[in-house]
Amino acid sequence: MNIVVCVKYIPDPNVPNEMDGKTLKREGVQGVLDPGDEYGVEAALQLKEQHGGEVTAVSMGPEGAIEAVRRALSMGADRGVLITDPALHGADALVTATVLAAAIARNPFDVVIAAVESTDGYTGTMPMTMAELLGVPQLTFVNEIVSSGDAFRVHRQTPEGYHVIECPTPLVLTVTAGINEPRYASFKGIMAAKKKPTETLSLADIGLTPEDVTVQQDVVDLHEVEESRETELVRGDDAVARIVDYLAEAKVI
Amino acid sequence: MPADTRLLDDESRALVDMVRDFASQEAAPAAAGYEASGEDPIELYRKLAELDLTGVPFPEEYGGAGASYLTYLLVVEELAAAYLALAIGLSVHTLCAFAIHTFGTDAQRKELLAPLARGEMLGAYALSEPEAGSDAGSLATRAERRGDSYVLNGRKVFCTRGADADLLLVMARTGGPGPRGISSFVVSKGSQGLVGERKEDKLGWRSSPTWMLGLTDLVVPESRRLGEEGDGFRIAMASLDSGRLGIAACAVGLAQAALDAAIAFTTEREQFGAPVAHQEGVRFMLADMATQIEAARRLYRHGAALRDAGHPYTLQAAQAKLFATDVAMRVTTDAVQLHGGYGYITEYPVERYMREAKGLQIVEGTNQIQRYVIGRALTEGA
Repeated sequence: MNIVVCVKYIPDPNVPNEMDGKTLKREGVQGVLDPGDEYGVEAALQLKEQHGGEVTAVSMGPEGAIEAVRRALSMGADRGVLITDPALHGADALVTATVLAAAIARNPFDVVIAAVESTDGYTGTMPMTMAELLGVPQLTFVNEIVSSGDAFRVHRQTPEGYHVIECPTPLVLTVTAGINEPRYASFKGIMAAKKKPTETLSLADIGLTPEDVTVQQDVVDLHEVEESRETELVRGDDAVARIVDYLAEAKVI
Repeated sequence: MPADTRLLDDESRALVDMVRDFASQEAAPAAAGYEASGEDPIELYRKLAELDLTGVPFPEEYGGAGASYLTYLLVVEELAAAYLALAIGLSVHTLCAFAIHTFGTDAQRKELLAPLARGEMLGAYALSEPEAGSDAGSLATRAERRGDSYVLNGRKVFCTRGADADLLLVMARTGGPGPRGISSFVVSKGSQGLVGERKEDKLGWRSSPTWMLGLTDLVVPESRRLGEEGDGFRIAMASLDSGRLGIAACAVGLAQAALDAAIAFTTEREQFGAPVAHQEGVRFMLADMATQIEAARRLYRHGAALRDAGHPYTLQAAQAKLFATDVAMRVTTDAVQLHGGYGYITEYPVERYMREAKGLQIVEGTNQIQRYVIGRALTEGA
């Protein structure tokens, strides 16, 4: 099975974000593999363990983004691809999808796995756009892969429960946090990652021109999220029951 | 502020990141529970093995990761910052594996080192005796030659993991009095005549079991003797040189954890209308703690760099162990002080850190013995 997993290099979410105009400041900021993508890498590795084949980690970003690819390699992915080009600075979700689709389409694949959304941009539109550009079906919000092979059978999480969906390959899959428990990279994995093949590609290498990646999205304004600090005190004999109801309603328990 | 990783190579930084993730998510949350119950965290050692952390400095052909000793010590420091007893356990395990790697035959390395490096087995070290602590060369355990075997009789004390260790490096006397009459043997768990006589109750490191061992007509085949007859003391001392760097790394990790806790507490805790960290007296204490820790860190890493480059490092290992563990004692004591009353109760971890630091000043050569080693090296050569 040829498995592709999309990985993103993002500013460390444990460090407060800084803005650079209307884009997130990325230069000189400690970066990490998007924690949401670790679930995708783990899902890819589990598929490889079940069906054999190869896992390719693909990323678009500045040169430093190779760190995210390397992290995926140290977890067990077989090869890495980074598309980096000065023309891609400030790319929006459509541009990212265009670039990743062009890079992925160079080789046959059975499944492309991505997180539902990134932990920095949170647009949540890139994987669906990429599926459309690749011309393959998409299974989104997947929290369980029941079986797979020539076809996938998955649980698609919904607010009420889940749908069971079957789909033939090739396809694009977005996985939720919690679909699995991502493994740590072992020390031997970290050392082996260095020797695994990685490709760094420019726009021209994937057959695109700067015109193909013109940003059409315009960020008009940015606002800080207002923190809501409403507190409800629950008192009385039925307090425990009411708190349990509340937690159940919030789907925490 | 965790240790600065900016000057590490990519691979070492990735390793430290991985160990920090593991340590903060799995080791640190479990530490207080294990320390309270005294239970040995076998599950965590198993995970260390899965992450290839039980044989970091040993060659890949013997199941290790083939990395430098410095790299191994980075792992120990990070683990110690989360859960000291776990790091101590790894350090003692590595001490045993080191002796087999350095002094064993190829057959012994294949049979004994490989399972240790892969973490399928845990190793331990038995040198001290009731009457032979700092003066280890006077040990009384006998190993009598009988055909192709030796028969060991005696008693060992303060043995980490003890009879529960899969492999135990035991020093015993095959010849006359003094250091030259000592040989070393690798004893398997469950050997007839090897008995854990008493598990000690301790001030700290309660989940790192410490045993008094009885050796009664314990038969060890000649193939399990490490080196030649009479090499035992040299093997024991070389292992301690190496191990002392591990203890120094443990001390730095522990002290860093204490400093981090003190910074977090004093910047949160308000008195007289402001965080107590705004007081110059408090800041100066934090400044001294941080500076001493960084100096200790540089000292053990210097010793490790010398070791990795093949230079003698007995002097530097003793200096690192002495300085780092004394720093850990001072820093953890100050961390308790900076927490005020909260530092003295078990709700906060710093009282545990302070108890744990004491042990580091004593094991693998008391800090008085370290001064003896340093002084001898200065005046007589190493």
